[in-house]
Amino acid sequence: MNNSLNKENDQFLETIKSTIGKDIIETKVFFNDYQIIVPSKKIFDVLTKLHSNSYFAFDQLIDITAIDYPEKSTRFEVVYLLLSTITNHRLTVKIYVNEGELIQSSVSIFKSANWSEREIWDMFGIFFSGHPDLRRLLTDYGFEGHPLRKDFPLTGRVQVKYDTDQNKVIYEPVNLVQEYRDFDFLSPWERPYNKEINDTGDKN
Amino acid sequence: MSETEIKPITMNFGPQHPAAHGVLRLVFEMDGEIIKRADPHIGLLHRGTEKLIENKTYLQALPYFDRLDYVSPMNQEHAWSLAVEKVLNINVPERGQYIRVLFCELGRILNHILNLTAFAIDVGAMTPLLWGFEEREILLSFYERASGARFHAAYFRPGGVHQDIPEELLDDIHKWLKNFPNFINDLETLLTENRIFKQRTVDIGVVSKEDALNLGFSGPPLRASGHAWDLRKDQPYDVYSKMDFDIPIGNTGDCYARYLVRVEEMRQSCKIVEQCINNMPKGIVLANDAKMAPPSRKEMKGSMEALIHHFKLYTEGVHVPEAETYTAVEAPKGEFGVFLVSDGTNKPYRAKLRAPGFQFLAATEHMCKGHMLADSVAVIGSMDLVFGEIDR
Repeated sequence: MNNSLNKENDQFLETIKSTIGKDIIETKVFFNDYQIIVPSKKIFDVLTKLHSNSYFAFDQLIDITAIDYPEKSTRFEVVYLLLSTITNHRLTVKIYVNEGELIQSSVSIFKSANWSEREIWDMFGIFFSGHPDLRRLLTDYGFEGHPLRKDFPLTGRVQVKYDTDQNKVIYEPVNLVQEYRDFDFLSPWERPYNKEINDTGDKN
Repeated sequence: MSETEIKPITMNFGPQHPAAHGVLRLVFEMDGEIIKRADPHIGLLHRGTEKLIENKTYLQALPYFDRLDYVSPMNQEHAWSLAVEKVLNINVPERGQYIRVLFCELGRILNHILNLTAFAIDVGAMTPLLWGFEEREILLSFYERASGARFHAAYFRPGGVHQDIPEELLDDIHKWLKNFPNFINDLETLLTENRIFKQRTVDIGVVSKEDALNLGFSGPPLRASGHAWDLRKDQPYDVYSKMDFDIPIGNTGDCYARYLVRVEEMRQSCKIVEQCINNMPKGIVLANDAKMAPPSRKEMKGSMEALIHHFKLYTEGVHVPEAETYTAVEAPKGEFGVFLVSDGTNKPYRAKLRAPGFQFLAATEHMCKGHMLADSVAVIGSMDLVFGEIDR
């Protein structure tokens, strides 16, 4: 039964490949999660194609998120999680974006992209062009920086308190009473399980 | 009489308002009593959960999930456990799966009781809330007897559940289950045909099926719009595929339909709970894999290897191989998902939490536009918002 499922899934991937065609840079499979990587300039076209295709209409954009790799040449990966409630498939579409690069907003295809894109702008500082209202979403009014970037400190940069002399809430640089404790439990010599798991993972 | 132009009034709703269900600041632009624009300002409960998870081991990250949707904590833990299990390729023992499904459904009832009764108090009915909290207290005592905590249970672990349930617990849940349908009936006599309740909810905040899909709706609000979509049926996890239950759907997509769907879902949850109790197998509850799941206390006292494993699992934690996966569960509010990026170390590289309420709140303007100010309260109540998961 598992084999027939795999066949069906392979067919699904083939159909997607034939629809989007040469725009796909790479396809990846993680535990039956299908991922395609496309050029960042083409993301709007690809999402339009995936949304309007009658064979496997992806009718829901579950979420958009980003991953920060500061050491890579293209710093960010933006990930679109799509779901088709018609064919019951999920697909991950990924693009590589550099700092300062513009991505075309997908709000006109999926309304659910609205707040997701605002959140990415807030958390990572990735800019979406054509978004109707790209303001910060989760952070404080007047917040500076993008918290989910890897170079943003876990403790943040400012702290707030109520100042009784000035009778108002004031911001000041973070003052840690106790030094931040970074527990590094990662043992330097032991990496035994990865290979085993990857081997069994491939069989499934 | 000459025509005078009335300037729209900007109005603040919240952040401290009993009908805001937490800390929501809504900025309305009003034309008299009519809402022209609604702009929710969120983030007042933002605790940086995703950033914190990046700095914790996989096991340490788990308790944060209780604190997302604190109305039904175990359902969130389930998503994280399933995500980690998927990448580590662990099989959960059957008893563990049954216990998880049992407590997920209790969590669903827990959530719907609070939502329905809080919704009722938002539109003017006080009694249901007082009745509902009595039932919630009983349910929370079940949580407590299984995990030791009423709310922040940290009970579901990658590989199963932390400990087996006490022997008499299933009998007690069964006893409670016999009476619970009476509570639902009582609740319905108060609300379902209540004239005031219907006047406040019917045809308010209507969302069509197409809009619901496009706006990223999931769970009861999507089903109330007439789309039969439930991850427990469509992409089953754990032992949901063995359960016999129905998916209630609504036709109208208004606040009243969302209410009705949730009431029926509670009845279906009772059915699942009953099946879990009747078919609960014997055996272990946590995967028997020394490298992934901690050994039993008894074993630890006698065996050196078990002691080392215990120590390593609770300090260094499990190494999770490189992968990027999205795992979703049907939480009471809708699709709760975890997009997990692991890099082979003991800490997740990135974990994005997809909260159902986030997309509901984003649609506030769509649902409130053109309605009266008082209707916004009904819309917010029917969306089942909890700011723990929206602000993360």
